[in-house]
This record gives sequence, structure tokens and C-alpha cells, in this order.
Amino acid sequence: MTTDMTEAINKNRIGPRLVLGSVVVAAFLLPVLASASGGGGFIQPAKNDVSDIASLQRGARNFVNYCAGCHSTKYIRFNKLQEDLQLTEEQVTENLMFAARKTDELMNVAMPADDAERWFGQSPPDLTLVARSRGTDWIYSFLKSFYLDEEAATGVNNLALPNASMPHVLWELQGLQHATFAVTADANGGEISHFGDPAYFEHFEIVAPGKLSADEYDQFVRDLVNFLDWAGTPEQLQRQRLGIWVLIFLFVFLLFAYLLKVEIWKDVK
Amino acid sequence: MSSVTESGGSGLLAWIDARFPLSKMMREHATEYYAGKNFNFWYVFGVLAMVVLIIQLITGIFLTMNYKPAAADAFASVEYIMRDVEWGWLIRYMHSTGASAFFIVVYLHMFRGMLYGSYKKPRELLWLIGMLIYLALMAEGFFGYLLPWGQMSYWGAQVIISLFGALPVVGDPLVEWIRGDYNISDITLNRFFALHVIAVPLALVMLVVMHILALHETGSNNPDGIEIKENKGADGIPVDGIAFHPYYTAKDLVAIILFLMAFSAVVFFAPEMGGYFLEHANFEPANMLKTPEHIAPVWYFTPFYAILRAVPNKLGGVILMGGAIFVLFLLPWIDRSKVKSIRYRGWGFKAPLAVFAVSFVALGVLGTLPAEGVYTTLARIFSFLYFGFFLYLFIYTGSEKGKPVPERLTYHG
Repeated sequence: MTTDMTEAINKNRIGPRLVLGSVVVAAFLLPVLASASGGGGFIQPAKNDVSDIASLQRGARNFVNYCAGCHSTKYIRFNKLQEDLQLTEEQVTENLMFAARKTDELMNVAMPADDAERWFGQSPPDLTLVARSRGTDWIYSFLKSFYLDEEAATGVNNLALPNASMPHVLWELQGLQHATFAVTADANGGEISHFGDPAYFEHFEIVAPGKLSADEYDQFVRDLVNFLDWAGTPEQLQRQRLGIWVLIFLFVFLLFAYLLKVEIWKDVK
Repeated sequence: MSSVTESGGSGLLAWIDARFPLSKMMREHATEYYAGKNFNFWYVFGVLAMVVLIIQLITGIFLTMNYKPAAADAFASVEYIMRDVEWGWLIRYMHSTGASAFFIVVYLHMFRGMLYGSYKKPRELLWLIGMLIYLALMAEGFFGYLLPWGQMSYWGAQVIISLFGALPVVGDPLVEWIRGDYNISDITLNRFFALHVIAVPLALVMLVVMHILALHETGSNNPDGIEIKENKGADGIPVDGIAFHPYYTAKDLVAIILFLMAFSAVVFFAPEMGGYFLEHANFEPANMLKTPEHIAPVWYFTPFYAILRAVPNKLGGVILMGGAIFVLFLLPWIDRSKVKSIRYRGWGFKAPLAVFAVSFVALGVLGTLPAEGVYTTLARIFSFLYFGFFLYLFIYTGSEKGKPVPERLTYHG
């Protein structure tokens, strides 16, 4: 083969690379363009930590005291809670189980679904997987963004879930807050109110203080979110720990496999 | 040489060889199957697809042991697997990640065929069997996605099944026949389960066997697109060929481990893959009274979904979507170039192929986004480019002048 041809061939190898390169660039660019046009809203980062067992324990207590009356977490067994949250059987039966009798029972709700529907318009959803379907940041923001709204049946509305049918269950802790929304001018110089539209939200103002300070309430909600994060994916810590060992094993295996390949391919010229 | 003494000994192997062609098959398909010595990165995706198939079959069997194909129990049984079954979460995440991994390696495998002209004579049938595998895989993915019985399972299936309703006359009865009910119901779930665990996997495995038999009949193509069988040594072995075993088994092992590392990274650290492998809305149980705000099929169907939505007329969209898949079957006859490999083809082929690849990915991204405003315009442009590529290729390759193809493989060990 002539040198010219070898050169031409080597040069041609950029063909597939160029094709692959363009695909990769396109794949990364498009979602960026897409997300840039997304809407606003009121979403704050939850910053919870599932490896913080004390926080999970507080979150479980908060959940059972304030949420479990209406919301089930029906895919979780009490004994799973006991094991993962490092509680004793006594702690679970005395503090966390009200309707259930045995620790291998699921965390169902005592309120009959028919009554719930009559009282709230819809049955309160099961919350086992809410951290997976809505995300932890959403739950955190939801529980922090109830504001007074005279038009709402419950007296409050919510930024993360406009026209929520859930009342502000935690109002005694957080207090009641008023929300301010931007006012824009219309063509005739009049004012347009954007009350209730999350896109025009400006700030909150506590009008009736609750039992907890703002920081304490944030921590209360964060613990609760942490518990729901665990509830959605209770295997996550074990999974990540095991994952590291699996990757280490595969990496060592890779070294040996690579050396084997080099050894076997020595005679290929 | 008689077959009884073929393996040259008396032990167990000889006993088997007299009754079953074990040694013969090993030679024909492994130790004396010769492939070009210059396979590159693009040549690992076939074997990776086999690895994923095996992962899916094995994890699928274990999932079936605990899953309940009934509308009332399906969602809860998946959570039961995730929480109460020993290692259930691992089995389930391997299966859900495997579904996406299957399409990733198969798309790359198909694209390799386009880069190096692997569908060209004498490998047209090999390509057609491969396309049938791809169709079976799409059916498998579609049926399987209904089984967790989440919101996206339900509404995704609703959207895709309703496409058949666009056909004139037979449309509505056909949709009812597929669902077996007036809605997607327990009955639909039951039959999808049967199709997902028996009918389609059986077809898949048989097609994969045919695919490999066809490959070993013609011999593998290579990045230079040269037939190594045309240049044999005195011993009758292609001079540029090396035995599949041990050379490519050793090389593929490295590729398999690298693949498993990427696979494990997803399974253990990001099983939802940002909502693309497991969609967020699917963690809510199916509710036929509550339509999700935004319905999108799983990512591996989205290129075709984007083409469907790019057409204002529903029947037109369905026809174009079907055409987008069908046109791939015709590729061996659309690409009339004598030169196989992209290495010896000019920019008249390279640039349009790049445009095609970008269009396919772009359509995939657009299929996940709502069909409105600029997205619809973009989807139309990229659909046009997708089909335009094949039309262009047919015309251009009628008179394409490739570069000189070398006689021997180029190998830089």
C-alpha cells in the first residue's frame, strides 16, 4: 500500500467520529434549549439527607402525628420502619402505631375512602411514592407555600399545587402567611391582579405567627420530606453502598480481562 | 473421517460428538469462525445486545414469580417486589434499566451497519432479520411498559393503541380487538402480560438465532467493508481473519465489562435516569379518570412519536410513522453504492449520514417535549430530513464514485 493511500485512509477515519460527535452535541444541546423555555413557579430545594437517621425518626414522628390521619403509606410495613430507622419494637408500637396492632402490618389509613371523598372532594392520595412522582423539592415547597385565600373553601391556597383541596394542616406550627403577587398594567392604564398565579408570586409575609420559628418550621418540613424520600426508595442507601463494591469488582475484573486480551492478541499482526 | 472419531478421543466429548454435533458447532461458530482482525468500537454492540437479552430473560423470570398481572394488584405487586422480595429492587432495576440499555445498544448496532454498509450484498437478509428483531423489541418494550400499571403505563398505552383507530373502516373495531375491552382494562393487562413474557420473547430468541446463523453464513463485515473470504491463504483461512474464539471472545469480554460498569452505574446510582428510564408519573397508579398533563412514550419510541405528531392529520401521521420504520427495511436496496464502508465514501455520503443521525436524535428529544409552537416546526424539519436522507441516498448512490478500496484490511495493532 502506498503512503498516500495510508494517509487517505487514516484521514477518512474522522468520518464516523464526526458523525458520532454531531449526535452527541445535538443530544446535549436540545434539552438545554428546551429547559431554557420552561416556566417559573415556587420550588425550593429540600436539602434533606436520607442517611441522617435522627432526621428520619423525627420525620416519621411528624408524619404519623400530622399526616397519617388522612394519608396512607400503604406499601410500607411498620417493621420495615423499625429496621431502617433503627427503632425498637416498643418505640414503634407506642409512638407510631395507632390503628394497627401488629408490626408486620402495612401503614394504612383509618379514615374510610368514601368519607374522605365526601369531606375533601377527593380521597387524600397514598404518599409512599410521592417523593418519586413529585420529587422531594416539590413536597418541601408545597408544605411551605400555603397562603391565605378568602375564595378557597379551606381558607388557604397553595403555590406548588394551586387550588389544592388539602387544608393547611401545619398552620399551628408555621402560622398563617399572606402572599403578594405582582400587579401589572393593562393597555388602558388599569391594573391587572395576578393573585394566585405562581408565575407572578413575589413574597410571603407571616400575619399570624405559629409555634415554630421560620427555621424550626423549615427543619420540621425537611425531616418530613426526608421521611417521604426514604418511604419512596427505602433501598437507596443499601443500593448505593453495594453499587460501589460492584463497580470496584468490575474495575478489577476489567484490568484482568484487558491483560488477557493483550496477551491473546499478541500474535495478531 | 467418520463423525464418531471426530474429536479424536474416546471420553465424554467423543460420546457426545457421536450423538450431537457439539465439537462441530464449536468449530463452525467459534474456534474456526473467522472475522476481520480490524473490528473497532462499533463492533461490540451485537454481543452487548446478547448480554442485555440474557439479563432481560433472567431478571424477567424472577419478576414473573412475584408480579400479579391484574389491574387491582399489579401496581402494588411491583412495590411488593421493590420492598418485600429479597433483592427484588435489584432485579426490577436491572430489568427496567435493561429495557433502555437494549435500545441504546441496538440503535448503535444498527448505526454501525449504516457506517460500514453491513446491510449490503450478501448481507441483505441478515439486515432484514435484524429489522424484525428491532420490531419484536419495540413490541416487547410496548407490552412490558403497561405491566407496572402506573399512570404513564396506562396513558402511554392508551395513546399508542388509539393510533390503530386512525385506520379507515377497520380502525375502531381493531382498537377494541387489541384492548379486548372498551377501555384499557384488566383484560388488556392480562393479554399484554402473556405477549410480553411468552409470545414476543420466544420470537425474539428465535430471530436472534437466525440472525447469528445468517451472519455466520456470509461472514462478518468489517470497518473496511472488504470481504476477507476473497483473500484466503494456502490453509484455506482468510489471511486477514482471526478466529472468533479466543480473539474476539477475549476482546468482547473487555467490552462487556465496560458495558456492565455503565449499566451498574445506572442501576445502583440513578435507576430512574432523571425520569427517562422510569418516568416520574409512573409512580402514581393508573387512573382512568385522570389524564396526566403531558403524555410521552418512553424515550426509545420518541423519534417515531415526534414524526407522528409532526403531521396535522392523524392517519397521515400514523402512515408516516410506520413509513419511518419500514424505510429502514429497504436500506440494502436504497443504498446502491458499490463501496460498503464510510472510510471509502465521500462527503456526499458522510455529511447526509451525519444529518440523518442528528435528525433521529433531535426527533427523539422533541418526542419527549409537548407538541407546540417551535417544537412542532422543528419536528417537521427533522422529519423532512429523516425521510429526505433516504430519498437522497437512493438518487446519489446511483452514480456515487467511491474512493479506491484497498485489497487488504487496514490494521494498526
